[in-house]
Amino acid sequence: MKDMIPVDRKMSTMQDSKISARGVQVYYGDTHAIKDVDVEIADKTVTAFIGPSGCGKSTFLRCINRMNDTIDSARVMGDILIDNEDIYDPKVDPVQLRAKVGMVFQKPNPFPKSIYDNVAYGPKIHGLARNKADLDEIVEKSLRKAALWDEAKDRLDAPGTGLSGGQQQRLCIARAIATAPEVLLMDEPCSALDPIATAQVEELIDELRQSFSVVIVTHSMQQAARVSQRTAFFHLGNLVEYDDTDKIFTNPQDPRTESYISGRIG
Amino acid sequence: MTDAISDLPKGKPATGGHASLLSESPLMKKRNAAEARFKLYGVVAITVGLAFLIFLTVSILRNGIPAFTQTVVNVEFTLSQEEFDEAESKMLKTAAYTEIFVNNITAQFQERGLDVEFDAGTIERLLGKVGGDLRSFYRENPDQIGQPVGFELSTASRVERYLQGKLTRDMVVDGRFLEAADLDVVDAMVDAGIIGTAWDWNFITGTDTGVDNPGGAGIGASVIGSFFMMLVVLLLSLPIGVAASIYLEEFAPKNRFTDLIEVNISNLAAVPSIVFGILGLAVFIQFAHLPQSAPLVGGLVLTLMTLPTIVISTRASLKSVPPSIRDAALGVGASKMQSVFHHVLPLAMPGILTGTIIGLAQALGETAPLLLIGMVGYVAREYPDSLTSGLLDPNSAMPAQIYTWAARSDEAFFEKAWGGIIILLIFLLTMNIIAIILRRRFERRW
Repeated sequence: MKDMIPVDRKMSTMQDSKISARGVQVYYGDTHAIKDVDVEIADKTVTAFIGPSGCGKSTFLRCINRMNDTIDSARVMGDILIDNEDIYDPKVDPVQLRAKVGMVFQKPNPFPKSIYDNVAYGPKIHGLARNKADLDEIVEKSLRKAALWDEAKDRLDAPGTGLSGGQQQRLCIARAIATAPEVLLMDEPCSALDPIATAQVEELIDELRQSFSVVIVTHSMQQAARVSQRTAFFHLGNLVEYDDTDKIFTNPQDPRTESYISGRIG
Repeated sequence: MTDAISDLPKGKPATGGHASLLSESPLMKKRNAAEARFKLYGVVAITVGLAFLIFLTVSILRNGIPAFTQTVVNVEFTLSQEEFDEAESKMLKTAAYTEIFVNNITAQFQERGLDVEFDAGTIERLLGKVGGDLRSFYRENPDQIGQPVGFELSTASRVERYLQGKLTRDMVVDGRFLEAADLDVVDAMVDAGIIGTAWDWNFITGTDTGVDNPGGAGIGASVIGSFFMMLVVLLLSLPIGVAASIYLEEFAPKNRFTDLIEVNISNLAAVPSIVFGILGLAVFIQFAHLPQSAPLVGGLVLTLMTLPTIVISTRASLKSVPPSIRDAALGVGASKMQSVFHHVLPLAMPGILTGTIIGLAQALGETAPLLLIGMVGYVAREYPDSLTSGLLDPNSAMPAQIYTWAARSDEAFFEKAWGGIIILLIFLLTMNIIAIILRRRFERRW
């Protein structure tokens, strides 16, 4: 590829790579949205994708759990491996993949059902609970992990849509982690939230790092700096720079990264 | 600052950006006038619409309500055991009963000092076959013999119209149905106070009669015919329509072929209903040899007609479910089908139900396709006695029955047609109310 950008790939420091993407290209019809992206995402780490609007960071995120399959015009090329298995292999059922790779969306989108049913839905369809007691336990554990249990335990039968915005987003996180995923993708999870709710969700993301590999797309560089250990900067469909968060923000290698974090572009 | 103020033309109202807020600018006046005119058009349009609605309602009620009542002659009658035995021993038994009845009425008239000549023929023209009615009553209830029994005998429709003033003496041509002299007897009955009006249950529960007996005609059998048709329509069009919409909206690939199907469905919704009628005639009756005039065939034809309505409304309500819900379901690893059936369909349910009921209501009032499959003009004299006979035996339907009555020459049927319209409208209103209730309930749940 002519527009391939050389990326500084210092992966030697990471032993346990959870997701590795090699030469990923995404087209929407004729639009080339992702251009030859290579990335290694470590387990039990928060990796942030930053970049200006339309740079392809969300598109790339949606490739990791094959949500792009639902868009007719989208075509994905290249390899994405999770635990060394190619998720775009014809033998892979995307439905099974999505149980392993949970996702939290930009806008809180709880099901119009009770709080309990929201969290219990995933375990139910994947057969993770053998009986009601099991299910109750999963629901409680997930809500506790999502720091929603204390607020919601007395009204598990209340509709999830009746919660406040921040609570709804935490409910969505609880719903995503209830299926016991190994990777958690978050697409701008705080963009619809106020600063207090954002702080709560960020704190939560930091805790989730203990159990999952978390990939978060964010518009806010401060957020990336606060929650992530590794940061990838996307620009016009290219992965410009990918390194430890500290390094990206203090000593960026690429002039475009520097321009973006200092506010000159984007 | 002072310079700017002194620049303003003195004495004249300020224009443009410097205008005072206290006076309207010419452009603003124009815009306000346009708005006022538009509001006026709206009020006029609604007033005209309401006026038509009121006119329609009043005329339906005024013309239709008499169909629910009938004119009756109340007679108290005592039959002794001897009279019963004597009448039963005669050759012409009903004629004997009629004679006893005539004598009884004559006696009642004489008691009140009224003097009218009449015979068994008059009674038959005015009240129908009274002798037969009396005989069957006493044969069934022999314990009533010797006791005074009050009879309520319905009069011929002509008598009713004479009493309503719609039929005058000079209009009467002596004949099989009525003679001018018979009206004297009616007058005498009025004077004797034995004639009155009663609620006519027979109109609602009864069956249709031949062309010569408007008084006895009822809409009941046609209601049952309509019911079976709606049953067929509901059982076929709801599952087929909803399944087709879900497939087209959620699963089908978007290509030229599905586009073609979509255009065709929209066009089908606009096809005149008589076209479906002739299609039904050709396919269901002439090709498949299903029985003519059967509610099953009517239901099949109306299903064809209702399907596009249901498909369009179902697709619209599926489309209106926010995509974030689909994403959420797919994101936790639901399959496409699980996301549709667990999340999208329940949210689309109120819209689907409303569309279905509106489609059904449309089908209930549809007449033209029934013309072609033989339901119009069929005289529904009998109630079906089982589910299969309800579906397969010839029957009429409410709108077909109304059309049949309106087309008959006897003016008395006209009143029945208006009455039938009231019944039909009651059914339609009920269905719409059910649609509203269902929609409310489902909306509250989600």
